[in-house]
Amino acid sequence: MDAVMLSRIQFAFTVGFHFLFAPITIGLAWLIVVLMSRYRRSGSALDRAIAHFWVKIFALTFAVGVATGITMEFEFGTNWAAYSRFVGDIFGAPLAAEGITSFFLESSFLAVLLLGWTRLSPRVHYISSWLVALGATLSGLWIIIANSWMQTPAGYTIVGGRAVLTDFLAAAFNPSTLPRYFHTIAAALLMGSMFMLGISAWYLLKKQHEAFARPPFTLSLSLTFVASLLVLFIGHWHAVEVAHFQPTKLAAIEGLFDTQRHAPLLVFGIPDPAQRTVHYAVRIPGGLSWLAHNDADAEVAGLDQTPAADWPPLPLTFFPFHLMVVLGCYFIGFSGLGLLLLRNGVVYRFRPYLWLALLSIPLPAIAIQLGWITAEVGRQPWIVYQLMRTAEAISVSVPAVQILISLLVFISIYSLLFIWWFLAVRREILRGPETDQPLTGPEVAA
Amino acid sequence: MIVLQHSWLVILWIFFIGYLVLDGFDLGAGFWHLLTRGEEERRMILNAIGPFWDGNEVWLITGGASLFAAFPPVYATIFSGFYLALIVLLAGFMFRAIAIELRGKEPSPRIRGYWDIAFAVGSIVITLLLGVAWGNILRGLPLDQVGNNTGSFFDLLNPYSLLIGVFGIALLATHGALWIALKTSGDLPAKARRWAGSAWIGTLLLALSAILVTPAAAPHLLTNYMVHPLLWLLPALTALALLLIKVYSAQQRDLAAFLASVCAIGGFIISSVTALYPRMVPADNPQFSLTLSNASSSFLTLKVMLIIVIIGLPFIVGYTVFTHRLFAARVTADQFHY
Repeated sequence: MDAVMLSRIQFAFTVGFHFLFAPITIGLAWLIVVLMSRYRRSGSALDRAIAHFWVKIFALTFAVGVATGITMEFEFGTNWAAYSRFVGDIFGAPLAAEGITSFFLESSFLAVLLLGWTRLSPRVHYISSWLVALGATLSGLWIIIANSWMQTPAGYTIVGGRAVLTDFLAAAFNPSTLPRYFHTIAAALLMGSMFMLGISAWYLLKKQHEAFARPPFTLSLSLTFVASLLVLFIGHWHAVEVAHFQPTKLAAIEGLFDTQRHAPLLVFGIPDPAQRTVHYAVRIPGGLSWLAHNDADAEVAGLDQTPAADWPPLPLTFFPFHLMVVLGCYFIGFSGLGLLLLRNGVVYRFRPYLWLALLSIPLPAIAIQLGWITAEVGRQPWIVYQLMRTAEAISVSVPAVQILISLLVFISIYSLLFIWWFLAVRREILRGPETDQPLTGPEVAA
Repeated sequence: MIVLQHSWLVILWIFFIGYLVLDGFDLGAGFWHLLTRGEEERRMILNAIGPFWDGNEVWLITGGASLFAAFPPVYATIFSGFYLALIVLLAGFMFRAIAIELRGKEPSPRIRGYWDIAFAVGSIVITLLLGVAWGNILRGLPLDQVGNNTGSFFDLLNPYSLLIGVFGIALLATHGALWIALKTSGDLPAKARRWAGSAWIGTLLLALSAILVTPAAAPHLLTNYMVHPLLWLLPALTALALLLIKVYSAQQRDLAAFLASVCAIGGFIISSVTALYPRMVPADNPQFSLTLSNASSSFLTLKVMLIIVIIGLPFIVGYTVFTHRLFAARVTADQFHY
């Protein structure tokens, strides 16, 4: 395998792994703000035990996110030196701004949140949960700014073979930044909520610490429903933006080979790039034109507008997107059903639903990975859309064998990290609430 | 433009020196961790770094990202040029983090012993790699006109760079021991002062050897000092700070000794950055050297980022002071209650 492919595999692996933990922390951080404000209002031992438990789970997840985040920051230089030289004037700034504005905030106040239960005033302790959540959410903004510039570059000019910044706000808030940011944050809220929901469901299934598990169950169920709707609507906004600014990606996502008016929306099918057709297609006539341009008769650009050499790999763009949409619909139905069952507290004892919630923990993680694959593979063969090709972006001074070694190092150490995280979270779950008082909330009588 | 480039040189080194003096104490504490025998002392050392070590690494992350933003060619050259070393560095950071987390929760003393070794070895490897990397930058790299390092991995392991690496270990060993003396209680502070004393002698001897071999190994580093003799004040002040470590430590003034060590670390870095100036990465062929003027980002990028730093840096200093005040007391061997 050549250095380009190895570097791509390594980057995809390390970023994909990081993108499991970072979104959970963004979602959990806001749920913890709610739990901390409950504790601040009631001051009860129960609410304290709940918040305390979730702060510990958060800290474990955060630690993996930080450790794997350092790798991402190094890799632009280690593996993509030509890219770094080309875009550094623009791309480095959001990464530095992330460190300056978010990382210090997040890591300092996480230590305060973790260790401040007794040595701080409740008010300062509560505020630190807000600061952690703000830091995590702001950090996501800088990263999406950087990545969106690769998708829809703006606010730059090319001087002497390098992209040079001409307008900071235009570059930062390029056409895809905001839809992608809100789509990602909504997905992170969804992922964090379903994580909390599944773990709470486990306690309810075991009939252990039920008073301790119900408030986070209800809270995360409600947020799952809201977030799953937000993901869908903002996802639509994002798709409209892609139709305008990255038509080739939209065509690949939808398997649209020919430019046409009244373009159909593909519900199912298997695209065949060689014959330029979609097998077993199930279509909604005019659906794509309507979704992309709000007009069922609008013309949608097909793959025929782009030379086949510049198409993204079709299966890796088409299938991840459609699977993601299927999962997105599942999340809405699943959480909507749960909210209906919440009346009279039926859901707390409805074992099939609790099992479903537990087994669904990995699904948002899969959906978020699929979305990321669609976004990144759909941009190929470009590393910066229509400005620089991925193959031209690598570090020429690094031999392929060294990349192979590093890839193996990352695979082994990340596996260790994952096992450590899984066992540590499992141990906290088995240990349950830490308190010296019996936890009887008002819900127990219900 | 010249003002902006110099501002960024200063900001960059604020982050890196901040990293070295902060993460330096927990890396250094990691070396000594292995020399203690009892569980109680090990627990105390971990508690002394517990609330800080994860946050300390943020200084390196931000320093690295600032290098990318302000001097992209330098970032690209160094990170791709030191490829395998940086991968080992990353693995060291992660392995060390896992070791710190796991040893605290491990009931079996035997397995806990293995994690202790991993923690210490991780700390030593990280320090050695950072020192060797800095030694190579000081010495100069065989760069081509694009800035690619044409040397091999084994070229990085030259005697001069290894000397700087070992010097870095001695320096941070002193620093870590002083932190232990400052933050722990019982018999440990007295023991840590003795450790600091022996590591201090090592630091002194290695610093002298590095200075003595520099005219032969990296003569270009002396040019600035020859042209502007006043600059010798910088190494002189560094030597003074080094001396004060010994004086204060002997008087059991632990905070003063630790701060003197902070100044000494800062002094060594500032003296060597001054020796490089205006180069950032010297190349064997001087035409290809990366300098402050040929390797910086554009005026607009430097300006926008400077505004962000001017707003952000006071907050960063504020958070750091806040957490250090919150955990200012000397620690005992009790487990921190998370």
